[in-house]
Amino acid sequence: MPTARTGPSFLWLLAGGVPVVVVLAVLPPFIGVYQTQQLTYGLAFAIAALGFNLLLGYTGLLSFGHSAYFGAGAYAVAFIIQRLHVHSLELCILGAMLGAMLVSALFGYACVRHTRIFFGILTLALSQVLYSLALKFFWVTGGTDGLRASWNGLTLLGGLIDFKGSGAYRRFVVSYYYYVLGLFVVAVLIMWVIVHSPFGKALQAIRDNETRAGFVGIRVRRYRWIAFIISGLFTGLAGALWVPLNGLTTPEVLYWPFSGEIVFMTVLGGFRTFFGPIIGAVTFNYLKVYAVASSQYWQLVLGTVLVVLVMLLPAGIVGTLGQLANKLRPKQLQQG
Amino acid sequence: MEILIVQILNSIFQAASLFLLAAGLSLIYGVMRIVNLAHGNFYAFGAYVSAWTVGAAVALAASRGINLGVAGQLVLLPLGALAVAALGAIVEPTLLRPLYRRPEEYILLITFGLLMVLEDVIRLVFGGTPLTAGSIMDAMGSIPIGGLLYPAYNLVVVGVGVVAAIGLWLFVYRTRFGVILRATSQDRRMAAALGLNVGRVYIQAFAIGCFLAGLGGAVVVPAQAAVLGMGVDALVQAFVVIVIGGLGSLEGALVGALIVSAVRTAGVQFFAEIELAVLYLIAVAVLLWRPTGLFGRA
Repeated sequence: MPTARTGPSFLWLLAGGVPVVVVLAVLPPFIGVYQTQQLTYGLAFAIAALGFNLLLGYTGLLSFGHSAYFGAGAYAVAFIIQRLHVHSLELCILGAMLGAMLVSALFGYACVRHTRIFFGILTLALSQVLYSLALKFFWVTGGTDGLRASWNGLTLLGGLIDFKGSGAYRRFVVSYYYYVLGLFVVAVLIMWVIVHSPFGKALQAIRDNETRAGFVGIRVRRYRWIAFIISGLFTGLAGALWVPLNGLTTPEVLYWPFSGEIVFMTVLGGFRTFFGPIIGAVTFNYLKVYAVASSQYWQLVLGTVLVVLVMLLPAGIVGTLGQLANKLRPKQLQQG
Repeated sequence: MEILIVQILNSIFQAASLFLLAAGLSLIYGVMRIVNLAHGNFYAFGAYVSAWTVGAAVALAASRGINLGVAGQLVLLPLGALAVAALGAIVEPTLLRPLYRRPEEYILLITFGLLMVLEDVIRLVFGGTPLTAGSIMDAMGSIPIGGLLYPAYNLVVVGVGVVAAIGLWLFVYRTRFGVILRATSQDRRMAAALGLNVGRVYIQAFAIGCFLAGLGGAVVVPAQAAVLGMGVDALVQAFVVIVIGGLGSLEGALVGALIVSAVRTAGVQFFAEIELAVLYLIAVAVLLWRPTGLFGRA
């Protein structure tokens, strides 16, 4: 058994994170509108994967139904914009997170009664309830057409920024990028605090040994439920941020293969690390965009990547880099 | 009254194919503790191979002036199932076996990767247009039920389902290989210690499970076209079946398939909008009430 890693300190996070955020912040003028947009997608997915990994990496529960919370957030935003004619994105996000919280609290209450494969199947079955409802109740959800959520009616920061007049699209892409980046940073900080708090440590104890965690006095089921809700909230936020960018939400984000993609991102980056899901989500987005652009058989490409990844690099990108670093370190010490 | 009979027949027809699919999934889980997410795509692959084979054979025979007849076409149908079994026999030792020592998440993921790969392989090989073996359906005609006409082929599928259920039960509970299968399922290490070649049992079990999935797909194509995405759809239905019946239980797969098909048939008639949602909610209810399903053992 590997010993539990206590993880780097908060100062370390600042030292490593601030330069990355600065680089991300100065990037848009250099990479153009299209790449800025892709990076925004990547950051939104990163929030989803971050939330998902609280369950997989820190609580040891593999959910195959996170499309439900992403979709709940996405549909809530589209619904609020279209039916309630709200323009402030903050209000939309608030509504979306409320929606995602309700759904994840309800689903989570049922799901945390099980672990391992039953947990996976239960989350999948519940997410498909939402999918089939979105598909069939077309007068509410638009059926397979989905709901449109146009960017040009939106205002950011309580009406400070709106998108009217010439060059509006370009302005939207750039300011929306900073908006998502800001929320991403907040999400990372909150998640960092959560996983390093006593609550986060309790989750890891449950992951490593459920029975012992119970004996220590941790209320296993309650803690799992709270973790489930937090996880759903993050994923719901990601769904909410994704909609204005995509301009449209369709039942596909509720369909279970999308849950599989969230799992894919997380494992690609490495689910035993804090930053793995973030790197994985951004990488996955680029991988998918280029696979779709270069071949109509993009699923073949992505599927092969996943198979090779699981066979050869099970620790994911960040996990493998960490292992390499650990291997190099003792050598340097010996030489010195 | 006649409509009721037709609806019951329809639901048993659906149940037959669903049972084959779910029994394969359940068998693989029972013996190897693998939840195979690519199982639905094995089913789709079987459907495509069968439809393509029958279509090509009919066309070839017609160009030579030969009429294949119903029997000739029916014999070709199970080729899809054999192709899927062969595929399974390749996949298990190469992709799955190296992962048995790792946490189960990895197996789930690799089967998800396989699902994506198979989805596109089907498109690459057979193209995007739906394929059917409708010539069988046409050749067999229909039989009258009261004042209604019912396709005779559907009754063949019901027959296949019944034979498969009985055959599978005899195979698992009354043959030597069935004993080996159950022994491996109960205690893999003890079975290996007693001299069984567990590796071979695993290949065989996986191939049989895949064969059943392929057969489930093969029997469907004369009645419904094989389309892209059918595997992904079928998998969730098979999940519902084995959740209701119990993971790893053949009796459960049978009862689950009958329940799911009955609910779907009734759903299409009476509550079309929430038909699928009701199905998933039933699965959720069963999982909460009896986590091991109606026939499952912990």
